[in-house]
Amino acid sequence: MKSIKDLEEIRKKTLDTINLRKEQSGIRVVVGMATCGIAAGARPVLMSIMDEIKKNELADVVVAQTGCIGMCRLEPIVEVYRPGEEKVTYVKMNPSKAIRVINEHIMKGKIVDKYTIGAEEK
Amino acid sequence: MKEISLHILDIVQNSIAAKADSITVKIVEDLTTDTLVIEIIDNGSGMDKELAERIKDPFTTGRKTRRVGLGVPLLYDACTRCDGNLKIQSERGKGTTVIAWFKHSHIDRAPLGNMIETILTIVMGNPEIDFIYIHNYNSKEFRFDTREIKQALGEVSINEPQVLSWIKGFLEEGFNSLSGGAEK
Repeated sequence: MKSIKDLEEIRKKTLDTINLRKEQSGIRVVVGMATCGIAAGARPVLMSIMDEIKKNELADVVVAQTGCIGMCRLEPIVEVYRPGEEKVTYVKMNPSKAIRVINEHIMKGKIVDKYTIGAEEK
Repeated sequence: MKEISLHILDIVQNSIAAKADSITVKIVEDLTTDTLVIEIIDNGSGMDKELAERIKDPFTTGRKTRRVGLGVPLLYDACTRCDGNLKIQSERGKGTTVIAWFKHSHIDRAPLGNMIETILTIVMGNPEIDFIYIHNYNSKEFRFDTREIKQALGEVSINEPQVLSWIKGFLEEGFNSLSGGAEK
């Protein structure tokens, strides 16, 4: 059985990594979480992003949620902000596409062109 | 929406937009009365009576990107389709309570679905909000309260990956203890 006491241990372990992170400029991943996004499947996309970040120990990546981006037909939408670079908008996402974006764009800096809004709107 | 837990995630976004710092989701499943009741209680900005009446209409919305909002209307439709209903109590400056109920055994009632993902999504995106989840299944009860977790964590944020993964395990145990409370 899990108990609140386990959290003490997690707290001690996490404190060191937090101090480390303060010095890094982070990447932001933003998932649209309004009615349109939720109905289209944004929740499992967010879960897969969270799992992949934990799996690869990407401590400097911040995952955030936002409301309606205004392009409901393209949901689930994931936006990636890398410091010093232009925002990249990925559309019609699903959990496996999201994992690929984490592996290639977040971890190696390589944009997954075919999932971007630019490719979709051609 | 395919799952009631997705409706809940959606309605909670309204509480977040209303700047609530405390949100409670309460689910009561009672098979003897054949009811499923969902309450979402927040202490956000609230609204006046006139707007609370109108909110079931899709052409009422607080968002600025367009003039339709479907969150509450979709839930309202899901309830009334299952011999249930939806009620909104709200007071400006005090908060809003949304109560939705369904006939538990109704053939058109969507499954509750993955509540664990809904709770994780809420906690992860809103570490500063106190979130309380109470699930009653035939008088068995499971409770989850982020205030207790935050107290144990001290300066460590609740949306750290290790903490979220602990929460996931804690929720899984909780739903299993309700046996049947967490349909997937």
